[in-house]
Amino acid sequence: MAKKLMKGNEAIAAAAISAGATHFFGYPITPQSELIEYMARELPKAGGCFLQAESEVAASYMVYGAGGAGARVITSTSSPGLALKQEGLTYMISAGIPCVVVNISRGGPGLGNILPAQSDYFMCTRGGGNGDYYHPCFAPASVQECVDLVRHAFDVADKYRMPVLVLGDGMTGQMMEPCEIPPRQEVKADKPWAADGNHVARGEHNRINAMDLQADVLEAKNEDIQRRLKEIAETEVMYETVDVEDADIVFVAYGTSSRAVKNVLSKAKAEGLKMGLIRPISLWPFPTEAFDKIKKDCKAVIAVEQSCGQMVEDVRLAVLGRWPVEFYGRSGGNPIIPDDVLKMAKDILGGK
Amino acid sequence: MLEQVIVAGFGGQGVLRIGQMITYAGFAEGKEVTWAPSYGPEMRGGTANCSCVISDEPIGTPVLMEANSIIVMNLPSLHKFEPVVIEGGKLFINSSIIKEKATRTDISVFYIEASDIAAEAGNALGANMVMLGAYVAATGIVQLETLYDLVKQTFTGSKAKFVDSNIECIKAGAEAIKALV
Repeated sequence: MAKKLMKGNEAIAAAAISAGATHFFGYPITPQSELIEYMARELPKAGGCFLQAESEVAASYMVYGAGGAGARVITSTSSPGLALKQEGLTYMISAGIPCVVVNISRGGPGLGNILPAQSDYFMCTRGGGNGDYYHPCFAPASVQECVDLVRHAFDVADKYRMPVLVLGDGMTGQMMEPCEIPPRQEVKADKPWAADGNHVARGEHNRINAMDLQADVLEAKNEDIQRRLKEIAETEVMYETVDVEDADIVFVAYGTSSRAVKNVLSKAKAEGLKMGLIRPISLWPFPTEAFDKIKKDCKAVIAVEQSCGQMVEDVRLAVLGRWPVEFYGRSGGNPIIPDDVLKMAKDILGGK
Repeated sequence: MLEQVIVAGFGGQGVLRIGQMITYAGFAEGKEVTWAPSYGPEMRGGTANCSCVISDEPIGTPVLMEANSIIVMNLPSLHKFEPVVIEGGKLFINSSIIKEKATRTDISVFYIEASDIAAEAGNALGANMVMLGAYVAATGIVQLETLYDLVKQTFTGSKAKFVDSNIECIKAGAEAIKALV
């Protein structure tokens, strides 16, 4: 299988088709429009259903319907669009519907702008709708990882019967890198719960439902959701570490920001400074265990984000007071400046 | 080898295409590559730029704060990106359109009358290919032959008639560099 150069947006769409997705519902929004454009062109060729909804809210309920009937289904959007989809997401959590939701995030709050930003971390990792829940959230840092994580997200969604989020940003979506798309697989996942008319005897039926008026029934549903979340937290953690064990400064960064931090690490190494990186790939569940690799006399853990400080809260929870936690962030769509990050780290090492 | 290049100009001048051709060529020659466009509410006549990285090593950020080489196709881009070239780097100016001179003395500056050269080569819209040829000839980042192959792969079917004129533009850009050095 040959590698080819693709934009992240196109690669995500191609990966979804290769993963056996049969349905896409969405509404165009910059900077993810190449994704929906690719789907409109290519998914029907693979025998799938592409449908542009009248709004993000409608798209999320089309996903609910297709997923409830057992289809491999995906939707994609960018930040303000995901805010609109949160209602459908919490309903799908309640109803136990697997699906993949892609957020190619942009500057916020509000309509914000169309530049790359990482200010949707809270919305994507905390369960952005009402009720008690999280859902898995994976953050690719390269175009190849977009492919790998989207394919993985479908399997995780099916396994735990819940929406799985893939969080990139405008840069992940727009940049072009080499990647390899595996051939399309036709998936025959066993979904005995699905409302597809095939799984129950005549006179019975599968219910796909997001409302439970009896307290005990709803509590039992919540306990089932929490049981699945606990299993996910124990088994679906993903992260990368670079030179963490020996580092005097450990950065924590995901997605696009982690790429800038890798430039910082090269510069630091050239100057003989010991710095490392923890790159969360699963943002929820957060890779708390990675922090146990940090040496006792490490001077600081620095969260680097294209936001005003969101993931840094998870970093503090993972650090639990063992090392000082600092934060470097840009917002408004501005990029991380590697030289500024390096200077901040050197100032800390110098006792400033 | 680590080459970081920014290409900038008006939307519609084909600056993103120059960057893509450099990236595709690096990829075809087995190097690590990234291409990242500036991404705003861009339109024909507005400004556009892209960053490309070609490297033997895995690439960190695709967003460039500094560059070994800059290719500028209009005056605002010269003003914006001249300070971004690293010391000893290269600046390629389309002097058919940009009448100002560069002010830096610690970099190599190449003035290419790209629009005129393209018109002479029979392809008035090929100024971007002239700049591409000049850039590749001056830096040697990829082989000119790789670019010719890419042009042949890019223009197929009803567009195959554009192959020769685009290759001519690339060659003319490379010749213009020979005349300068």
